[in-house]
Amino acid sequence: MIEDNGIVIAFWILSATTIACALMTAAVRELVQAVLFLALTFVGAAGIYICLSADFVAVAQILIYAGAVSVLMTFAVMLTPAADRHNSETIFQAPALVLSGLLLAVIVFVVLDTDWAISDAGAFQTTAASLGEAFLKPYVVPFEVASVLLMVAMIGAIVLTRELEEDDDA
Amino acid sequence: MIQDFDRLGPVIVVLATAGLIFIIDMIMKREDRRLLAGVAITGLAVSALWLVQLMLREREGSFFSDSMALDNFTIFFGFLFIGVCAAVILASWDYMTKFGDRQGEFIALTLIATAGMMLLAGSRDLIAIFVALELTSITQFILVGFLRDDKGSEAAIKYLLLGAVSSAVVLYGMAFLFGVAGTTRLISTDGGPSIADAIASGDSGMRSALLVSMVFLIAGFGFKMAIVPFQMWTPDVYQSAPVPVAAFLSVGSKAAAFAVVLRIFHEGFGVDSYVTEDWKILFAVIAAFTMTVGNLMAIRQTNIRRMLGYSSIAQAGNIMVGMAAVTTASDAGINPSGANAVVFYLAAYAFTNLGAFFAIIAIHNKINSDEIADYAGMGRRAPIAAAILLLCLLSLTGLPPTVGFWAKLFVFNSAINADLGWLVLIGTLNTVVSAYYYLNVGRVMYVTNADDEPVLRTPPYAVGILAVAAAGVAVFGVAPTILIDAAERAVNAFA
Repeated sequence: MIEDNGIVIAFWILSATTIACALMTAAVRELVQAVLFLALTFVGAAGIYICLSADFVAVAQILIYAGAVSVLMTFAVMLTPAADRHNSETIFQAPALVLSGLLLAVIVFVVLDTDWAISDAGAFQTTAASLGEAFLKPYVVPFEVASVLLMVAMIGAIVLTRELEEDDDA
Repeated sequence: MIQDFDRLGPVIVVLATAGLIFIIDMIMKREDRRLLAGVAITGLAVSALWLVQLMLREREGSFFSDSMALDNFTIFFGFLFIGVCAAVILASWDYMTKFGDRQGEFIALTLIATAGMMLLAGSRDLIAIFVALELTSITQFILVGFLRDDKGSEAAIKYLLLGAVSSAVVLYGMAFLFGVAGTTRLISTDGGPSIADAIASGDSGMRSALLVSMVFLIAGFGFKMAIVPFQMWTPDVYQSAPVPVAAFLSVGSKAAAFAVVLRIFHEGFGVDSYVTEDWKILFAVIAAFTMTVGNLMAIRQTNIRRMLGYSSIAQAGNIMVGMAAVTTASDAGINPSGANAVVFYLAAYAFTNLGAFFAIIAIHNKINSDEIADYAGMGRRAPIAAAILLLCLLSLTGLPPTVGFWAKLFVFNSAINADLGWLVLIGTLNTVVSAYYYLNVGRVMYVTNADDEPVLRTPPYAVGILAVAAAGVAVFGVAPTILIDAAERAVNAFA
């Protein structure tokens, strides 16, 4: 659906915003600001999903990432006592920049050099239904395993942070 | 659909056992919960029996729309992971008292990690592979920090951060693969599009994307395999994680990563496609660096677990030699193909490294130290554990008559057949270096005298589990053909 002029303009604006916000996330020194820029990055990505006519994924992205995850991260930053709320300076800054630049150059080259497999399928009429079908037919194993994964993460968080009984005496 | 669930049965049983353990753990009166280990072993036995009956009923095939495969490769690794998990749970019997009231969670999480590894060996869809990889990884992050002491938590955080980055890298590599193929299936049996078909079509416009994708995939999985330069976490984690977890990681996690890379490269990228030469060279260079760095760093270690950490890096390098040795011609027996040698090496390494780690657990439980210097006179103080540790170290070095000898022989032989003479030369030199630090432990145990030598009693269950590992090392050392035939059948699944 990229042929449409409006979509192309929207795509470029969204891409520019997303990348700029992602860069700012790494560049700003105040951790809370970094989280806010990250939230904007998430919103930008949601916009790109809409350009791809993936409306359900876009809404989920806004609800979960821009909403829940960013709030969670803000709380984590605010509630962590005595934590340094700034990105500290590091001597690796220059080498990291050079390395990232090289990586970017390689990837840009590869993206331009490759004949990508381009789908000629039209837009989905109802994406939620197609997603449900995909989850329960070809991708049923990853879908079910993902729920085990979430349970493990939850149990792990409890096991690793619950107060130890030995500490009660102290 | 029912048939597909039947084929997934062994994994479902392991997961259900873990769930059962969580429930029993909650309703059980608080005391010694190690009986839960019995439940876990029963579940693993049922899972193994299920695998056997699937084999007898010849249910092999591609299932869940080609997202999973039940072939000899999956079955081989299924048995391997079940065995490793059972051994680790049994060997933690004494050690588990350190976990207080979290023993049930420890056993259940170990089972879930095992299920993740079994899924990983059987997945032939990029999304299934990624989810299985995450299931294994996240469970292991938790297990590494299970002691909740300062050093363990530090190791767990390092493992988590590097692991998160490596997952992102794997995903990025997969994105490139999806971009050129337009599908996440490695292979398709119903005539639909697949990555293998896209690559086999030989369209040269995909080449640069494929190269980037394979570099990212190897980098991401390389973290799990502990290959240079993604090995930074290994020594810290091996030293500070609970010892049974370190044993589990060194064998299970590594084997799972190699299994999935074997499948992606053999089924997806292909052994005679136009990118085969590229990944062959990539693996060969990584193998050379990994062996050398691992061995040179291991020499300087004074802590035996740290030493085994670097040793496991070096061993990953040896296995990598087999990954690089791709030849289209394969015949069983003394001239195995690279993939065959890799599978054999992984099984041999499982017996050997578990034996070494279990001997260390037995000694650690008594002297509460992992310093090699404290092993002085251990040959007289704990004769059984010391003898088995020595046998396993000989096997890690690759000396006959142990299974490690054959593993190294097969890997190097396959490399020579694949015209990688220079790599075999580096490998041989590295073996000489490794002999120095492996045998040094033997020297300390048998030649050096300690000031005070109380005899340490090894409990009967520990003797039993040590005997099983040692028997594996010795029996397959004398008669490697059984294992090499099984490995041959496993990799023939790709043919």
